[in-house]
Amino acid sequence: MNSKELIACRVAQEFKNGEMVNLGAGIPNLAVKYIKEGVKIYLQAENGIVGCGPHDPSKPIDLFSTDAGENPVSIIPGGAIVDSCTSFGLIRGRHLSTSVLGAMQVDIEGNLANWMVPGGKIAGMGGAMDLVCGAKRVIATMEHCTKDGSPKILKRCTYPLTGQKVVSMIITELSVFMVTPQGLVLTETAPGVSVQEIRQKTEASFEVSSDLQEMVLN
Amino acid sequence: MATLCDVEQAVCQIKDGDIILAGGFYGNGTPELIVDELLRQGQKNLTVINNDGNTTEKGVGRLVAAGQVKKCIFSWCGRLAVLPKLIEEGKIELELCPQGTFAERIRAGGFGLGGVLTPVGLGTLVEEKWAQRVSLNGKDWLYHTPIRGNVAIIEADRADTEGNLVFYLTQRAFSQAMCFAADLVIVQVNKPIEPAGCIHPQDVHVPGVVVDILVQG
Repeated sequence: MNSKELIACRVAQEFKNGEMVNLGAGIPNLAVKYIKEGVKIYLQAENGIVGCGPHDPSKPIDLFSTDAGENPVSIIPGGAIVDSCTSFGLIRGRHLSTSVLGAMQVDIEGNLANWMVPGGKIAGMGGAMDLVCGAKRVIATMEHCTKDGSPKILKRCTYPLTGQKVVSMIITELSVFMVTPQGLVLTETAPGVSVQEIRQKTEASFEVSSDLQEMVLN
Repeated sequence: MATLCDVEQAVCQIKDGDIILAGGFYGNGTPELIVDELLRQGQKNLTVINNDGNTTEKGVGRLVAAGQVKKCIFSWCGRLAVLPKLIEEGKIELELCPQGTFAERIRAGGFGLGGVLTPVGLGTLVEEKWAQRVSLNGKDWLYHTPIRGNVAIIEADRADTEGNLVFYLTQRAFSQAMCFAADLVIVQVNKPIEPAGCIHPQDVHVPGVVVDILVQG
């Protein structure tokens, strides 16, 4: 299992039966295939779907049945279509249990940066700021370090923020952290990864949970 | 009560300098026939308000690429490759707005509200550049002005001769709110326009009283 799949698999362990969940593009979306048997979640697409399902490849693509990344999707039996005001009402109004997003940087306070690199291409925040502000729980996912090995879990985010003090949990291919009012707490390590390695690859200081566990992946 | 027009007549109502609310989440819900005609007629100095601008080849991004737009409000525009250069050259102004706030600003514009108070974007560039922090009832909020347009250009699946609209699946997105937030609402209807009474009243997404012009798609 590569890093991204491992993170996605760990993310899927978090889903509880009956929850409405929004999965961002990239790693979060990969979590769909690891949803545990017997767990039914309502995937929300911010362009207006409650109960997004996979596109059935045996059927023609319907250009009017797309998710927020313009991917063809189905709507599960019992799903619903709403307009954008209602869709973001669901998000902002704290009806969304969990928002899982890809992150560029997260810091000790749970600040998240994921929409803009200073001096980089202009793209915009889309629905990310609404999601992190409104969801009851925000899970930030990312590879632990950048391609050149720099840490992404920082004392303080250096990129423009998506939201202030919004992240509840960080999942990387090495670790799981909880964000608490006292700071970061390492709660899980990936199989074969030591706390020492995580310390080396993390700029932010963190506590190690007294109940530190090995990440369960199934 | 809506009037049925051909697309040329309909788009003639759009003037240089107009503020256009354009439906569409990427391609889905974009009234491409109306955009085609805007390109042909060449209205200038437009302000385009749309979720994403789509691309240089599809959607309202084509108007941006053709130099017809002086200002855009988008929530995301990562596919509109021509935009960064135009911004750098000072040819276009871009305002970014979080997607839910964007929807709510349009709703406020259409429903007679003075703006939007939202916690979204506090402590971010949105607060620095495009909104105002206010404290009310012991909490901080960002205040955003309502959005209205001179014109809304919308794609719908079904319409009757009264202008009652039905959207199909995620075609709806921002289009429903936009129909209330513009002085002139022009709708491209994809299915054959039906006699009044053919759409069950409880299935109507937008009542025809706010729709001005129907164009058969």
